Amino acid sequence: MTADGQITYREALREALREALSADDRVFLMGEDVGRYGGCYAVSKGLLAEFGPERIRDTPLSESAFVGAGIGAAIAGMRPVVEVMTVNFSLLALDQIVNNAATLRHMSGGQVGVPVVIRMATGAGRQLAAQHSHSLEAWYAHVPGLKVLAPATIPDARFMLGAALRDPDPVILFEHVMLYNASGPVPDGAGCEPIDRAVVRRAGRDVSLIAYGGTLAKALEAAEALAGDGIAAEVVDLRSLRPLDEATLLESVRRTRRAVVVDEGWRSGSLAAEISARLMEGAFWQLDAPVARVCAAEVPIPYARHLEQAALPQPAAVVAAAKAAMGAR
Amino acid sequence: MSEAVKPHLSSAHLLGLLRQMVRIRRFEAKCAELYQAEKIRGFLHLYDGEEAVAVGVEGQLRPEDSIVSTYREHGHALVRGLSMAAVMAEMLGKREGCSRGRGGSMHIFDVAARFYGGNAIVGGGLPLAVGLALATRMQRGPGISACFFGDGAVAEGEFHESMNLAALWGLPVLFVCENNLYAMGTALDRAQACTDLRGRAESYGMPALTVDGMNVVAVEAGAARAIAAIRSGGGPFFLECRTYRFRAHSMFDAQLYRERSEVEAWRARCPIRLLSGWLQDSGMAHAGQIAAIEAAVDSEIAEATAAAEAGEWEPVGDLARDVYAGGDRQ
Repeated sequence: MTADGQITYREALREALREALSADDRVFLMGEDVGRYGGCYAVSKGLLAEFGPERIRDTPLSESAFVGAGIGAAIAGMRPVVEVMTVNFSLLALDQIVNNAATLRHMSGGQVGVPVVIRMATGAGRQLAAQHSHSLEAWYAHVPGLKVLAPATIPDARFMLGAALRDPDPVILFEHVMLYNASGPVPDGAGCEPIDRAVVRRAGRDVSLIAYGGTLAKALEAAEALAGDGIAAEVVDLRSLRPLDEATLLESVRRTRRAVVVDEGWRSGSLAAEISARLMEGAFWQLDAPVARVCAAEVPIPYARHLEQAALPQPAAVVAAAKAAMGAR
Repeated sequence: MSEAVKPHLSSAHLLGLLRQMVRIRRFEAKCAELYQAEKIRGFLHLYDGEEAVAVGVEGQLRPEDSIVSTYREHGHALVRGLSMAAVMAEMLGKREGCSRGRGGSMHIFDVAARFYGGNAIVGGGLPLAVGLALATRMQRGPGISACFFGDGAVAEGEFHESMNLAALWGLPVLFVCENNLYAMGTALDRAQACTDLRGRAESYGMPALTVDGMNVVAVEAGAARAIAAIRSGGGPFFLECRTYRFRAHSMFDAQLYRERSEVEAWRARCPIRLLSGWLQDSGMAHAGQIAAIEAAVDSEIAEATAAAEAGEWEPVGDLARDVYAGGDRQ
């Protein structure tokens, strides 16, 4: 916590871990460099000293084995939090997540629950190029049996983990790399909104900007710019990518009659595509403009700063899409 | 050899082993028949020839131990004590099946028996077994976890990752490699640069033993030794059982990759024939006792099949049941 009573997203996540580890002996953290190194994004810094190596477990670089071990331990009554350095690396554990965590309850006729939480960093902006910067949330959100969360705010970073651990099913928590240093007031209260709900972060009547994770701040920035032009944009934070809170999305769009979906995933086969389809299915007759999408360019995310930024959704593009939807070019 | 691992060669014990092997063999013969009758569909992988492995190993396990198996797991499930009727109902896709018809032949589960599935991804069950053992360790529980896999899994990264992790953390895992010489249709020496699989364990500092997987007494003795080492805190153990699959990989396999003569040579070492022959030659049992076992098994199978066939179909309205806990949210 900083001197002015602020807390960073990273610290909020660490507080959430500390609280979970303190409250429940079944909880443990496992992953690459979570212990002595303190976590590749320093989320778990200090936890090894506080909770010891039995509960803060450094693992070999064996994503499939340690994610699978987390699933196995969850089956046997533990509440593991497994950290994977980035979503790109999680592909090495995709078998365990998709073929085991997501299937076991159904495939066993309801016998085997998998209360594991898998945390991973996602997204671009740190010039880490194509093998550390992708946003593959949609791949996981595609899979029945998983729940997928994207905390975009300090309170969600602070409280979503606890809620995820209380959930009897496997939950994947995506932490956008550009949010770790974000700061805000220390959240009060003892929780967040239910984890399967989308939340309106800024109210508006003219157009709904639908965002999540790393794109929420960009949508809010765009809304501010639009306000200067007399357009009242509503900003909806998805929070849960699976299940999608369709009711909240439809309620917003039926009021504003226009929507722009802001998604750092590639446009083809994206979450933005799914949301767009659901808005079409549920609010077609209330729409005054086609649902617009602002997504990542269809390229592997490049290293050079100007290219990387050009590949990502930017507030200016959101503003342009919203104005186009308003017919105010 | 310590008292704990001395093989029990009493007539009653050996007849018990024989009975379990006969149960698996004849149950699966019935399954093949039901497959031909199109009552069982999908993939059906028979364990025919490999029965001594499940029987020899699982007899040494306790109720508090956990098992993770493969898609060729009917034998493992039956020996573990799962209801034959529930397993058969699962094969038929009935709601009375142990997995409510969601799993089928490849995904037999019974949490009460700590039988954590048939896993149909080669190598995919090994990390689960490591995690089950990790939980036991962290909960200060008494059990170990045993995972079965074939020689094919040894080529998978998950095998190496799991072996290393279990050895690194000293976890109580019994790795049982059912080396039947073929990964589906690919012979071991066409898939492995080094065909002595024990060397894999040694490279992780893990004790290993290779046994004749056609001899149930040898498997039992090897398993007893391995499990005693694990229970005494020695960490994981790799048990290679050299065995052979007499029938096709699945019901869709024309077996173009092996000679009939090879199959016949292995059939001569059939684990059931070996044990029953030895029992009779040594005078420990007579033909009448063995016939009685076969008759009892046949009636068990008939009853299980009748019960399974009398089962119901899960209502389609319950399709999305058990995707998540407590509901069918999408």
